[in-house]
Amino acid sequence: MRAAASPSASNLAVRHRRARWGMFLFQASTLVGIVVLMTLLYNLINAAFGLAAVEYKIYPGLLGLDIDTLEETPKARLVEVLRQYAPPGLLRNLERERPLEQRTPEDLAQLVVDRVLRPRVVASWPLVPSLLYWDRILAEVREKYPRAEVRWMPWFNVDFLTRPQSSNPLRAGVRTALLGSFWLVGIAALTALPLGVAAAIYLEEYARKDRWYNRIIQVNINNLAGVPSIIYGILGLAIFVRTLAPLTSGAIFGAVPPGTTANGRTVLSGGLTLGLLVLPIVIINAQEAIRAVPKSLREAAYALGATQWQVIWHHVLPQALPGIMTGTILALSRALGETAPLVVVGASTFITFDPVSPFSKFTALPIQIYQWSARPQPVFRHLAAAASLALLLLLFVSNGIAVYIRHRARQRGRAG
Amino acid sequence: MRPESSSAARLQRRPRRREVLIQGVLFLSGLLSILVTVGIVYELVKGAWKFFNYPLWEDTNKALAAEVGPEDTILPVTASGRSIPEGAVIRIGKEIMWVVAVPDATTLQVERGLRGTQPAHHPAGVDILLESRVSLWEFFTHTRWVPQTGDFGILPLLNATLIVSGIAMLVALPLGLSIAIYLSEYASERVSRVLKPVLELLAGIPTVVYGYFALTFVTPLLRRLFGPDVVEIYNMASAGLVVGILVTPLVASMSEDALRAVPNSLREAAYALGATKLETALQVVVPAAFSGLAAAFIVAISRAIGETMIVALAAGAGPNFTFNPFKAAETMTGYIVRISGGDLSYDSIDYNSIFAVGLVLFLMTLGLNLLSQHVVTRFREEL
Repeated sequence: MRAAASPSASNLAVRHRRARWGMFLFQASTLVGIVVLMTLLYNLINAAFGLAAVEYKIYPGLLGLDIDTLEETPKARLVEVLRQYAPPGLLRNLERERPLEQRTPEDLAQLVVDRVLRPRVVASWPLVPSLLYWDRILAEVREKYPRAEVRWMPWFNVDFLTRPQSSNPLRAGVRTALLGSFWLVGIAALTALPLGVAAAIYLEEYARKDRWYNRIIQVNINNLAGVPSIIYGILGLAIFVRTLAPLTSGAIFGAVPPGTTANGRTVLSGGLTLGLLVLPIVIINAQEAIRAVPKSLREAAYALGATQWQVIWHHVLPQALPGIMTGTILALSRALGETAPLVVVGASTFITFDPVSPFSKFTALPIQIYQWSARPQPVFRHLAAAASLALLLLLFVSNGIAVYIRHRARQRGRAG
Repeated sequence: MRPESSSAARLQRRPRRREVLIQGVLFLSGLLSILVTVGIVYELVKGAWKFFNYPLWEDTNKALAAEVGPEDTILPVTASGRSIPEGAVIRIGKEIMWVVAVPDATTLQVERGLRGTQPAHHPAGVDILLESRVSLWEFFTHTRWVPQTGDFGILPLLNATLIVSGIAMLVALPLGLSIAIYLSEYASERVSRVLKPVLELLAGIPTVVYGYFALTFVTPLLRRLFGPDVVEIYNMASAGLVVGILVTPLVASMSEDALRAVPNSLREAAYALGATKLETALQVVVPAAFSGLAAAFIVAISRAIGETMIVALAAGAGPNFTFNPFKAAETMTGYIVRISGGDLSYDSIDYNSIFAVGLVLFLMTLGLNLLSQHVVTRFREEL
């Protein structure tokens, strides 16, 4: 007996030690998740700011210009600079297209940058090395690129958000892409929200669960939620872009925007594709919200003689609305970040004009990130990081709204 | 109100047209989801059908031995090259013909001007092209995918998809399960109130941002660890690791739900028998929640297989049949994005090939999703 007792005692110590190790391991795994999130954010912020060495054809300082505030320079001065320094052949073409004096300041500024100053980023550094080794960087630039000017580049700034797309990384912005994303999400919301809520009401309030067709609808929705987004892209390409091209290009409304060909690769096709993509998520979330409405509420309304639709419209839906809104916003956040289906549906990669109608060609924020990330030149990585920050910020705001709605509804529920 | 009508009559069931109409509209909305599925299947199958029936013209190394006019139906051909079987469809210049009979190795008897082409005059020495199609056998067994040469074996794409997903699961499985065990068995209410939003944040980051992360952080890290000669700039390992990070929150939250669904009485019984917390978690709770955990893993695999932007950015553009995770290889999703992102004519075989690849992808993920739902149902019955 005594012989058996002592190994069991040491066994107990081993078991306790193992238990401690296990707990440590589980905690460490959780920590890994946090570390990855931090690393990802650090990686983005690190690339979105930093020093850049820029070489110019003509240095803006020599002309008394500042490249960041060109739009605010008097128009006459910009025209004068263009007349003096731009190649004569180009000037003639430009004047024939539209006289310089009649052009917008943005247009003129763009021309001055592209045709006169012609800046080129020859080297760039992320935030942390820029701060830690700025003296070494300055020395390196002086040695390697004696003509270059070292600039502090906040790649992510207000101008970045408000400027249109440009092939020059110093002046590229995401306004076109942002507007494209808003259009897409708007169209997706207009299609997915009413259809999704209607389907959810049917499934929760009307459908008898023992009918085979209702079961099929439910199983089907669950499966649709698991279909890869790129498959929706293929569906959108086949149906909206090709089969319904006369409709989605605006041709049958005679609304093809000037300067574009009448094909279905429009913001409408993209938005409808995203709408289908989020539809199952909207339905599932709305179903949950409707299910959470207490049965007593319905029974009380029925007891007062309300019809089924009256019960739903006046009692169930108002109660479920915050939940439905929260679920829908979360689903639309997903649409905001979707890239693959938009690539397949045919988002344009380089457009500089804003979308003005559902039949406009479009680009979107994630598409912009994809394009800039895929470029081999390292300069565009900064832009990709800045655009990613913009996207994350947007998602943060929309998710914040969703959480706020949920929170307020809960508080009101408690008060009532 | 008509006072003379008896109250019994007023309470009689009346047809409520508005109610029925509303119910009908709602039902149609529900039916739309079925329509979406039907649309997906229809378009994928239609595109795949076109792909497998797309005429590819293969060089036979045979040529016309003598000049033929538009009326001739007996063609003298050179003896060299591949033999042309009876019933084959051939093309000379722009004209398509049907081989009616092959009397001997240097003669072909043909029907001229097939599929709307016009019988024309052909000089001697013009190459004869033989029509071929991508067969299902070739599609599923060949290890080369080179559209330019008419090689359409999906294995390189499938292989890359499976390797990336495999690496992803090697990350997501232990990590996600550990996090789930920690959250459900160890963490206090306060800790999990902090941790869950972190997981939700991770789950909410768009995949294209993860792709950027893979390309600009994980790949350089791997190259520094294993040497730039070993790790290519685009490689499956980097994509796989980041896809793993992407699906970890999914595994964690689904697994946590499964673990929390295990009744407390089981845990209490284990403690009563003197089990440590770890023993309880690993030997009692995890086995009890096994089906639920399995469902979580299956859904995660399905997500990993369908993930697109990370592999499109980090895994490389170009099919490559390799088992080395440090090499570049294109996955099925990466291929679809690359092909559809370019300017393609709707009638090319490349365009139709994305439907065939998409169909395979769809069937794989659908199978996995159905399986996981089946497992979940069983799990609910077990508890």
